[in-house]
Amino acid sequence: MHVHAFDQYHFKQSQIHNLDPRVKVLFTVGFIISNAILPDGSWLAFALAWLVLLFINDQSGLGLGFTFKRSIVVLPFALVAVSAIFSPFGEPLAEWNLGLIILIPTDLGLIRFISILVRSWLSVQMGILLVATTQFPDLIHAFEHLKVPRILTTVIAFLYRYLFILTDEGFRLMRARDARSAGLPGIKSGGSIQWRARTTGSMVGQLFLRSYERSDRIYQAMISRGFTGHIRTLNPHQMDQMDWIMLGFSLIILILIQIVGWVR
Amino acid sequence: MPVKHQSQFEIQIPECEGDILQIHDLHFAYPDGQIALRGVNLSICAGEKVALVGPNGAGKSTLMLHLNGVLGEQSPVSIAGLSIDSNNLPLIRALVGLVFQNPDDQLFSPTVYDDVAFGPLHMGLPEEEVHQRVKKALNAVQMDGFDDRLSHHLSMGQKKRIAIATVLAMQPQILILDEPSAGLDPRSRRSLINFLRDLPITMLVSTHDLYMVQDLFPRMVIMDEGKIVADGATLELLEDEVLLETHGLELP
Amino acid sequence: MLFSPPQLHIPDGFLTILVSLIFWVATIIIVGVAILKTNQSLGERQIPLMGVMAAFIFAAQMLNFPVAGGTSGHFLGGTLAAIVLGPWAGILVMTAVVGVQALLFQDGGLLVMGANIFNMGIITAVIGFGLYRIVIHQKKGARLVTAGIGAWIATMTAALITSLQLWLSGTTRLEIVIPAMLGVHALIGIGESLITVAALTFIAQTRPDLVETRKSAVDGGRGWIIAGVLVTLLAVLISPLASGNPDGLERVAEDLGFLATGFSAPFQILPDYSIPFLGETTISTILAGIVGVIVVLGILILMGRNLYKPKEIEVK
Repeated sequence: MHVHAFDQYHFKQSQIHNLDPRVKVLFTVGFIISNAILPDGSWLAFALAWLVLLFINDQSGLGLGFTFKRSIVVLPFALVAVSAIFSPFGEPLAEWNLGLIILIPTDLGLIRFISILVRSWLSVQMGILLVATTQFPDLIHAFEHLKVPRILTTVIAFLYRYLFILTDEGFRLMRARDARSAGLPGIKSGGSIQWRARTTGSMVGQLFLRSYERSDRIYQAMISRGFTGHIRTLNPHQMDQMDWIMLGFSLIILILIQIVGWVR
Repeated sequence: MPVKHQSQFEIQIPECEGDILQIHDLHFAYPDGQIALRGVNLSICAGEKVALVGPNGAGKSTLMLHLNGVLGEQSPVSIAGLSIDSNNLPLIRALVGLVFQNPDDQLFSPTVYDDVAFGPLHMGLPEEEVHQRVKKALNAVQMDGFDDRLSHHLSMGQKKRIAIATVLAMQPQILILDEPSAGLDPRSRRSLINFLRDLPITMLVSTHDLYMVQDLFPRMVIMDEGKIVADGATLELLEDEVLLETHGLELP
Repeated sequence: MLFSPPQLHIPDGFLTILVSLIFWVATIIIVGVAILKTNQSLGERQIPLMGVMAAFIFAAQMLNFPVAGGTSGHFLGGTLAAIVLGPWAGILVMTAVVGVQALLFQDGGLLVMGANIFNMGIITAVIGFGLYRIVIHQKKGARLVTAGIGAWIATMTAALITSLQLWLSGTTRLEIVIPAMLGVHALIGIGESLITVAALTFIAQTRPDLVETRKSAVDGGRGWIIAGVLVTLLAVLISPLASGNPDGLERVAEDLGFLATGFSAPFQILPDYSIPFLGETTISTILAGIVGVIVVLGILILMGRNLYKPKEIEVK
C-alpha cells in the first residue's frame, strides 16, 4: 500500500521545474506577501496576480487548470470570514432583522470578505505550484540556503522521510482496532466515550513507543556512520543565469501588481 | 535434504592472528541486568568471510553493536590493531561497516544520494571526494542512477543494497551484516548472495539462512546464550547434527 | 484526498500583515531559544529523536477518534509532545509539523505560519507543560489528571488566541468568532484531553523511564510554571470578557488602530468598478439570499467538520 498523498511532486520537463528551489520559494513567499499588501477591493491587481498564476501553471507543463482543481481546500475556512461582511465600516447595504439580532452588511465589509477569499485562494494555489514543481528534498535544501536553522531543516527532513512509514503503522493499528470492533445489527455498539478514548490513546501510545524505539535504532545507524552531533549537509544548488533572471523578473511583476493595486 | 556440492575453497582455516578483528573475553550486561555476552573470543583475518549463526536471543546483534563501539565504548575489541576507546571512535566507525537488519533504520535521509554521502561527509571529506565515493559505492552495489530517488519509493531488495552502499562509501576494512537476506524474495536473495560472493572485502555476516552460509562462507561461528560454542569450517560443522540441533539450527 | 486535523490552521489571507508580523517575531524568538536549549539538554541524540517524533505527531493526527455517529475527532498532540519530550523539544517538533502541513498540504498558510506555530506549538507547550510541571513530583494519578486538564485548557487557549488574531485582522466579528471557536474547541479539547491522558498512561505502563519526573524537570525549569499559569489566567479572564462585552474590547482595539486597518482604501475604488449597484433593493435581496445560504451551510459544516474527517487518504 502506498500513500500517495505525501507525494505532491509532479514530474515534468519544464523551465519552472528546473529553476533553483530558492527562486521558487522566494517567489511564492513574495507572491503571498504582495497579495496581502494589496488593499481590499484591488480587483484589477488580483486579476493580474491570477494571470501570473495561470501563466506559471502553463509554463510548468502542468496545465492551466492544475491548481484551480486543487484549490477547493480553502472553501470551508472561508466560512470563518463571513462575519466580516457585517463589519461596521463604510455604508450599510441592508438591514436584516432576524428577531434577536440585526445584521447589517456593509459595502466595505463585503469587499473585505471577498478580498480575503481571493487572497487566500491565490496563496493556496501558489503553494500547490511550489510543491508540484519542486521535490521536497530540494525544498529543504532551499531552506538551508536561506539560512533556516539547520536543526529545524534536519527535523523536517526526518519528518518527511519517516512520515510514510509511521502513518502506515498508524493505519495498521487502526485497522487492527476496526477488525476488533464488530457491531451486531440492532445493538448499539462502540462502547463509551471513555472506552473509545482509551483505545485511541493506546494506539497513540503504541505508535509513540514504536517511534521512540525506532529513533534509537536510527541514532545507532547515524553514529555508526560517524555522526557526532553536528549535522553536515551538501550544498548542491548553484544559481545560474536563468535563475537570476527569473528572480529579477518576478520582482518586477510583483512591483507591477502593487502599482496597479495602489495607484488610483 | 541439503545438497552437498563441490566446495570452491580450502576447508582448513589458515592460522590467523586476527589482524582485522580481535575480541578477547567480551562480557556485556544491559542496564536492566540482563546478561547478553558471557566471555566472547573471536579473531578474524583479512579476506575472511565468516558467518555468525545461532538462535534468536543468542547475542548476535549485541555482539555486532560492540564491533564499532555503539555499545561498550571501552571494550576488549580491537579493529586492525586499534583498541576501541572513546578517542578513536570516529576512526573505528570508518573501518567497520555495520549494516543493520532493517534498512529503514539505516536509510534516514530524504534521498539515496544524501544517505550514501552521509558517511563520507561526516568523515570530514571535501565535497568533491564525497561525490566520487557516492558514485563508486552505488556502482559497487549496481544501483547507479538511483541518486535522486526517495528512500520510501524503493523495494526491500533495493533498500538493502543502498544500505550496503552507505557503508561501502566509507571504505571500511570489514563489512558486518545483520541478517542481510531476511525479508527478501527468492530473486532478490539470489542477487544478494551473488553480490556478496563477488565483494572482495572481509565479512562477518549474521544470518539464519544456512543455505547462504553453505554457499558463501567457509567459516562458521555458532553463538548461543551469549557465548561462542563452535568456530570452524562450515562444511564440517554442518555435518554435526547434534551440534546443530542443540543450538537451534536446522538445514531446512 | 487529505486528512483533516483540528481546524486551527489559519490559511493565508485571513490575517493582516501586521498581525502576522507580530506573531512571526514572537515565534522566531521563542523557537530560537528552543533551538539553543535543546542543544544543551539532548545533545546528539536530539536530531533522530525529534525528527521521528515529528513524524509521529503528524501520523497521530491522522488517527481518528470516533465521537458520535459517523463523525470523528482528531488529536493535536502539542501537550503530549511537550510532556514526553520536554517543552523546548516539543516546540521544535510542533514547529516542524506545522511547517510541513503548510508546505505539503496547504493546511495553514506560509505568511501566517508564525501565528499558527504560536497557537498550536508554543501555547500548547506553555500551558500543557507549565501546568504539568507544578505536579511533576507528585504521584502518577495527579500528574495524569493535570496533563488532561492542561491539554483541554491548552486547546481552548489556542482557539481563543486564534479568534483574537482573526478579529484583530478584521476577518471576523468578535461576538461571532469567540463563541463559535470556543464552543467547538471545548468539545475537541475533551477529546484531546482524554487521548493525551490515555497515551501517557500507556507509555507510563510500558516504558516508565520515558516519563520519569527527573528527566522532565531537567528539561523545563520552574519558569514554565509561571508562564503556564499566567497564560491560563489571561485566557480565563479574556474569554468571558470577549464574549460578554465585545464592545469594550473593540473600543480598545479601535483606539490602537487595529480594526480599521485596510478598511478605508477601497472607498475610492468602489464607485468605479467592482460591484455594479443597480438598485439597493434588488442587490440587497440577492445578497441576503446568498449570505443566508452561506451562513446556514456554514453553521452546519462548522459543526460537522471539526468533528468529522471528511477526506480520506487516497490508498492504492
